[in-house]
Amino acid sequence: MKLTRSQWIRIIVALTVVLAVSACGKKKVASTPPPPPPPAPAPTASLTANPNTIQAGQASTLTWKTDYATDVTIDQLGKVDPSGSRAVTPAESTTYHLVAKNDSGTQEATARITVMEAPPPPPQQTSNDSDAQLFSSNMKDVFYDYDSYDVSAQYQQVLQADARFLQQHKSLKFTIEGHCDERGSTEYNLALGDNRANAAKQALAQLGISPDRMRTISYGKEKPFCTESNESCWQQNRRAHFVYQK
Amino acid sequence: MKRYRASLLVLFVLFAIAGMSAQDWIRTGTGLGVEKVRLAVPDFKPVTTDTGTQNLSAVFNVTLWNDLQSAGIFDMVSKSFYPLSVPGAPREVHLSDWGSPPPSASMLAFGNLGVQGGSLSVQGWLYDTKNPQSPQVLGKQYREQANDANARLIAHRFADEIILRLGGGIAGVAETKLYFVSKRSGSKEIWQMDYDGADQKQLTHMGSIALSPHVSPDGTRVAYSGVTKEGWQILMYSLELGRPVNFQHFGGDNYSPAWSSDGQTIAFSSSRSGNTEIYSVSSAGGSARRLTESKGPDVSPTWNPKTNTQIAWVSGRTGLPQIYTMASDGTNVVRITDQGYAVSPSWSPNGQFLAFAWVRHYGPGAPGASDIYVMDVASKQWAQLTHEEGRNDFPSWSPDGRHIVFQSSRTGRVQIYSMLADGSEVRQLTTAGENTQPNWSSK
Repeated sequence: MKLTRSQWIRIIVALTVVLAVSACGKKKVASTPPPPPPPAPAPTASLTANPNTIQAGQASTLTWKTDYATDVTIDQLGKVDPSGSRAVTPAESTTYHLVAKNDSGTQEATARITVMEAPPPPPQQTSNDSDAQLFSSNMKDVFYDYDSYDVSAQYQQVLQADARFLQQHKSLKFTIEGHCDERGSTEYNLALGDNRANAAKQALAQLGISPDRMRTISYGKEKPFCTESNESCWQQNRRAHFVYQK
Repeated sequence: MKRYRASLLVLFVLFAIAGMSAQDWIRTGTGLGVEKVRLAVPDFKPVTTDTGTQNLSAVFNVTLWNDLQSAGIFDMVSKSFYPLSVPGAPREVHLSDWGSPPPSASMLAFGNLGVQGGSLSVQGWLYDTKNPQSPQVLGKQYREQANDANARLIAHRFADEIILRLGGGIAGVAETKLYFVSKRSGSKEIWQMDYDGADQKQLTHMGSIALSPHVSPDGTRVAYSGVTKEGWQILMYSLELGRPVNFQHFGGDNYSPAWSSDGQTIAFSSSRSGNTEIYSVSSAGGSARRLTESKGPDVSPTWNPKTNTQIAWVSGRTGLPQIYTMASDGTNVVRITDQGYAVSPSWSPNGQFLAFAWVRHYGPGAPGASDIYVMDVASKQWAQLTHEEGRNDFPSWSPDGRHIVFQSSRTGRVQIYSMLADGSEVRQLTTAGENTQPNWSSK
């Protein structure tokens, strides 16, 4: 009885193995002989750009899909995968050209990305923007010692450079903001900031800059450039800050 | 007698100053020349029983107790000493129970309150326990629409009546307001609150920066400074109209306005000359008169409200800011502080004292921070009121001269506190956002 049972088990195991092997074998048998080359269809291809209109500097995404192709190229990108997508940032309007090839043919697809120039700002605006940039990149602020509104020799030199710039750009008007560090009292710092702004104004006036071009305002300790409580930060906040005025 | 009592507080501050001129700390209490009135204030008896009455009566009782407690002239008898049966009307009073130990009260304030037909009625009495023949000092009756604000208002009025009777004829401050700067809305704006911190309201909506509110002596307008298209200008908010009203604009930056106590003149700081100087102008507008002439910053004027012939202010003419006084025409300049960094003067209603913020020992590693001080203007003797608790600034006197409101960073962010003029009974009034530059109304 026991023997018979173990024999049965062996038989079942053997059968299972044979079946499994034969199943695997069948597959091999099926793939082993190269199938007759299917009548290769001509490749298909599509190419889209999303968005297809961008501002200069922005990116668009090209997406393409091909079937049956063995060789896919996009003119501007070179050889690419049969299907895929890629972000592009054309500098000017561009028509992307995809070519998908195989032995039986070639399929082309195109997508155009239109690049808009930045909207032309009103002429006045342009001149203001560039003036503002010119101003802020040339005018250097004056920094002060604690509780002081005296322009030190170092910043007298800075003001001389500022004055040279202002004399070359006589149309520019500006505001001088007086700022203070966080220590001390709100009202006293407002007054101190005014004295700082006015010290810078008077120094520029002595260097030949017309007072009509300059306004002053104190922000005391109300608008700090730096908000940490340490000397390097406080130093940043004790200043006469030049702001271009439209 | 009234005059004598009125000067009691002044005297006791003077005692403190005279004895302490060389000390940083003063400690005051009932043993320093003023015997505070022992006052018992049992909760007012509710005569109606709905929940509305219970809520309003809780608001009323807390407000009345706090008003009297913070008045600075009473020794409030703890409620745990009170007899079990609390009177709500004169016929329920057993004076001997209150006048003898344990309460040993010399005065008893009691009464009742009820809500009927949407109105809150309060009856209140003040009895002298030492005068059983004719004990009534005060009997008052109030009726207002029933809501929390009116429960507080009635409590304030009754407290002020008691304070007027027992405080030497000086009106209490329970109905006064405080004006201040708050940044809780995002930008610094002018706000208003009751003297005890209740009912905080935003007044201005500039969206730029508003600073330095100073309410007119008649309580109808708040002068302040704000950033406008023309820089800093003195601006005016009408409390009657509930909106900003026009005030004259000047050249340069203009800030730190201060009303004279007759409401006729506003002193302020202006940079129109290229230097910040103190000017004065009629509160009706007109041309401004320049009062100072110095190279350094001049700012934060305050009038001697007793005479309106003197102005104290802050000047940086010799370096770090110091307090000076001058006649209101700019003559007779006297330097008041002799060292450190001294700012934000506020002149006491009786003309005798200047409160100000002082970093007395200034410099790296020096001890102490910005604290509130009171100085006797004539003798220049001073007393320090705050001690080693954050940076304290912008003191402003209450109209009775018994309290000072100020800003302090003692809990981290800057908040507004009030205290008695001897530095005791400190109370925090604001908690939301950052709150600065309090100014106490005169009424």
